[in-house]
Amino acid sequence: MAPPAEVLAVRGLSKTFPGVRALDDVDLTLHAGEVHALIGENGAGKSTLIKLLTGVYRPDAGEITFQGAEVSFATPLEAQKAGISTIYQEVNLIPLLSVARNLFLGREPRNRFGVLDIARMNSEAEEVLRGYGVRVDVRRPLRTLGVGAQQMVALARAVATDARIVIMDEPTSSLEPREVETLFSVIRGLRDAGIAVVYVSHRLDELYAVCSTVTVLRDGRRVHHGSLAELGRLDLVSTMLGRDLGEVRAEGLTKFSGDHQATDSEPVLEAHELTVPHRLHGVSVSIRPGEVVGLGGLLGSGRTETAKAISGALPVRSGRVTVAGVPLRGGSAAAAIRAGVSLLPEDRKSEGIVPGLSVRENIALAVLPRLSRFGLVSEARVDSVVDTFVTRLRIKASSPHQKVGELSGGNQQKVLLARWLAMNPKVLLLDEPTRGIDVGAKAEVQKLVDELAADGLGVLLISSDLEELIEGSDRVVVLKDGAVVGELTGDDVTEDKLMRTIAGDTAATAPAAEEVAGDG
Amino acid sequence: MAEATTLRTAPLDRARVLQWLQTYGVYAGVAALLVVNVVITPNFLTAENFRTQAVQVAPVIIVALGMALVIGTEGVDLSVGAVMALAASVTALYLGYGLLPALLAVALFAAAVGLANGALVALVGVQPIVATLALMVGGRGIALVLLPQLEDLRNPALASLGSGDVLGVPYLILIAAVLALLVAFTVRRTTFGRQLLAIGDSRPAAQLAGLPVRRVLIIVYVVCALLAAVAGVLATARLQASDPTSLGNLMELSAITAVVVGGTPLTGGRVNIAGTVAGAVLIQLLTATLIKHDLPPSWTQIAQAVVIVAAVYAARGRGRR
Repeated sequence: MAPPAEVLAVRGLSKTFPGVRALDDVDLTLHAGEVHALIGENGAGKSTLIKLLTGVYRPDAGEITFQGAEVSFATPLEAQKAGISTIYQEVNLIPLLSVARNLFLGREPRNRFGVLDIARMNSEAEEVLRGYGVRVDVRRPLRTLGVGAQQMVALARAVATDARIVIMDEPTSSLEPREVETLFSVIRGLRDAGIAVVYVSHRLDELYAVCSTVTVLRDGRRVHHGSLAELGRLDLVSTMLGRDLGEVRAEGLTKFSGDHQATDSEPVLEAHELTVPHRLHGVSVSIRPGEVVGLGGLLGSGRTETAKAISGALPVRSGRVTVAGVPLRGGSAAAAIRAGVSLLPEDRKSEGIVPGLSVRENIALAVLPRLSRFGLVSEARVDSVVDTFVTRLRIKASSPHQKVGELSGGNQQKVLLARWLAMNPKVLLLDEPTRGIDVGAKAEVQKLVDELAADGLGVLLISSDLEELIEGSDRVVVLKDGAVVGELTGDDVTEDKLMRTIAGDTAATAPAAEEVAGDG
Repeated sequence: MAEATTLRTAPLDRARVLQWLQTYGVYAGVAALLVVNVVITPNFLTAENFRTQAVQVAPVIIVALGMALVIGTEGVDLSVGAVMALAASVTALYLGYGLLPALLAVALFAAAVGLANGALVALVGVQPIVATLALMVGGRGIALVLLPQLEDLRNPALASLGSGDVLGVPYLILIAAVLALLVAFTVRRTTFGRQLLAIGDSRPAAQLAGLPVRRVLIIVYVVCALLAAVAGVLATARLQASDPTSLGNLMELSAITAVVVGGTPLTGGRVNIAGTVAGAVLIQLLTATLIKHDLPPSWTQIAQAVVIVAAVYAARGRGRR
């Protein structure tokens, strides 16, 4: 068999932004039918490279050869027309248009009078989407679909445009495991059809499951490229981090130290029978000081809702929350925060940071009234709090006055943690604290969670990263369809047991399961 | 860093120019108009002329201060003109009891309008433009019910408020200046100001951070209405007549123009008080220049439109890189 044709050859690509060398002399070669992992920490240059390939930015130096000819795309549309399609982390479709309209946007089928052929468009859309495991009424507005299904529509759209290269920027960040499987089968289909795929993800499992080759970027340079299978996981992580292999191995893949000294003292937080219509059906969780309680379950099992209900951000129909024995007046985030319960929300960008304000203002946001007298802010006290946490959490910003929106995901997350730690909370609810942040920041956040628990804080940890959930938690409460279906303690806190519980193997978890059955 | 500067390409240069224009354009515009007027307008450099201009612009500035706060929360208040009219009516009705009781009554009415605006926006969740549109129509309606036509006011205290001065500086200007400083201080140095900006930038994040979102929003609309009422009383005092039919007509648009031209984005999260004051002054000078050179009022409107478009264009450069 002849070697597959070279689809894309990038030579010496460089891009500089004011003050930052974002990409420095990077090469990249893609062959037909290759699934290529593009990895690196946040700020390594992945996004810049993708944006250069798709015509969002123009390179300062270097050349891009696509299908044998040198190209220079002026706009993303040009790149797309030439055959380079991109699926971004956030779905960028039009929420109010129908699913079918979104799928065919810009290339709608027309009848012989040049008028939009809606019937044909709808039937074709239905057929295309079925191939992606999405069975929906394609006439519905896109926004009525779940995020996962929307992602599939974006994918179908990207592929349907006769793409030669499909670039996927963290496509699985909002998908359920089942949808990830569908995505993988779609990717394999693309591969077999001779389409090159660039796959960007922080999830190592996925990379090894689907990618054949890899390019590792660090600080804007290419530090490794070649076959992925020949590069072990630890090698991959150490290459990406630029750290000594022995050091990484010694620390394991997560930064968690294992069990904490969870005391037998009274729970610092008790949530009892929380019920939210259609979301939660009598969920009870308790957390003791110094304990990290994991919330396990699939997407949509009610993990986020549980955290939000406890923190007052989601109104409950019934149930109660007590903090250190004192009942919480429900219904407001402010009341929960006063009582010492802080939530790090899942959607960091829209519910966490205030993007236009500075690092300083963001850290001081919640604690501001305590740093003020008669409503006047004491700048000196704010500065001292901000300095403390910028140092302690190693927040990397050009100055405390830099806008938070300009920081990397990991640093944004640290700013949010600083905001809450400044409040001296009793309980921290962490909803996907390491999602979408680079490996280095992830390790730091994990280590911090450990330290906080050691200091006697109660922590509720939600994570789709099983490894993180298992290694980070002392105990895991498993949710399914808005109800508790089991609890793993001690030696039972393993990935295997967790999967079994989610899958419904009740043998290991009889007591808790009975409890739920009793509630009906 | 030096390398980066030399590598900057043409589009980035334009972005920088736009950025500069958005921050300093309004001051440059004021300076340019001053220079042009010194050259082409006879008797421009007289104390009397400056006094006239300042007295005319003072009510706009006072209303624009409140508007800037509201816009900082990603809102807008269309009812400010109606509140001015209401202030005029209520002043006329209660002036018989003396100036102070009349002012108190005005404050109560204005606070009620602000409270209604704030409640609709913060508690009911109506979009600000719709909520305040209701009060814009209804507020002037109430003003006209209270006082159906123009009424001359003969009250020495009120008259001195409108035309009196301290060391040659009219009360109107002093009040506007003090209020501008007070509002600027509130935005920069108080918890309330910081919370206001956070809410304007990202309301969900502010909510989850435990900020008193509803309270801040309601207070902002009440403050805006109170400031509009102050402007209404001062305008009435200067006229020495209560004119609920035409007082404050289109004031909401003048105020929004001053705020936007002054570099406060409509998307919330930022409030530029100095820019707002300069924005009001810019429009005032532009209008005065054209009038003094006997150009018809339609020209003034066209010139205003050009300034607004320029301001919006400069603002567009922000947030894109």
